[in-house]
Amino acid sequence: MKARVFVTLKPSVFDPQGHTIAEALHSLGYGAVADVRQGKYFELDLDVESREAAEKLAAEVSDRVLANPVIESFRVELS
Amino acid sequence: MTFAVVVFPGSNCDHDAYHAIKHVLGEDAVFVWHKETSLHGADVVLLPGGFSHGDYLRTGAIARFSPVMRAVEDAARAGTPVLGICNGFQVLLECGLLPGAMLRNRDLKFHCEFVHVRVERTDTPFTRAAREGQVLRLPIAHGDGNYWAPPETLDALERGGQVVFRYATAAGEVTDEANPNGSVHGIAGICNEARNVVGLMPHPERACETAVGSDDGLVVLRSVLGTMAGDGALEAASR
Repeated sequence: MKARVFVTLKPSVFDPQGHTIAEALHSLGYGAVADVRQGKYFELDLDVESREAAEKLAAEVSDRVLANPVIESFRVELS
Repeated sequence: MTFAVVVFPGSNCDHDAYHAIKHVLGEDAVFVWHKETSLHGADVVLLPGGFSHGDYLRTGAIARFSPVMRAVEDAARAGTPVLGICNGFQVLLECGLLPGAMLRNRDLKFHCEFVHVRVERTDTPFTRAAREGQVLRLPIAHGDGNYWAPPETLDALERGGQVVFRYATAAGEVTDEANPNGSVHGIAGICNEARNVVGLMPHPERACETAVGSDDGLVVLRSVLGTMAGDGALEAASR
């Protein structure tokens, strides 16, 4: 089973990279892009039988390793 | 006194630390490879700067799971003085021995330069030989030194006197211009509640001889000698 994990900075945390990208887009004339938040994307290949086990495993490694819960949150999608 | 200098794959200030301890301070230093599970009874633990595991995922994120970190965490909880410098500080944040996290520098640039930091607290093993308010000229070299903590953690740090170093001007004034990376409250270094674990982004070990531009960092390493040996030795060390 495959899991896709999206890690993003929490809304309360300033994102220097996203901010710089937004400014670059504005300078290119894309004023309608109000804001940008940059994140990370992971594809996990999981050797488990059930969807439930996959969800549990993906959430565990995301919380423990892939994301730093102090500044980041994550979302898991299974496919 | 023996310092354990932990070596991760990608550490690059381990030899600077070893040199400062062994050849400048005249104390014992041993390298401890990150796969080891013991600190060999060292009196002080030093996590050096560098780019452990290539800084992949996040700075310090992989290093915190190295086998040696279990021994470091045990030593820290037992009260052994632990100093994390730059990447070592980032490892201490990732493993939770110190609160908060690092973000990219606010200008997204890697800063390699001398800065000034003000010593805010002298009641830690690594600042005891310093004066409160003393300004140290130390080098920094980092891209992810923008310290951040949620408001409640920040309040607790300030209330508990856990902010040990702040970026400042040469005159000791904490200003936004003197802050090289955007760290909240100008924080350059903090300690844990028990005060035996200290992390800072500047490199005291690279500023221990005037030949390299500054020996202001000596006071940080010398402080811990006094801590271990008693006040008489502390006074001798700070002379």
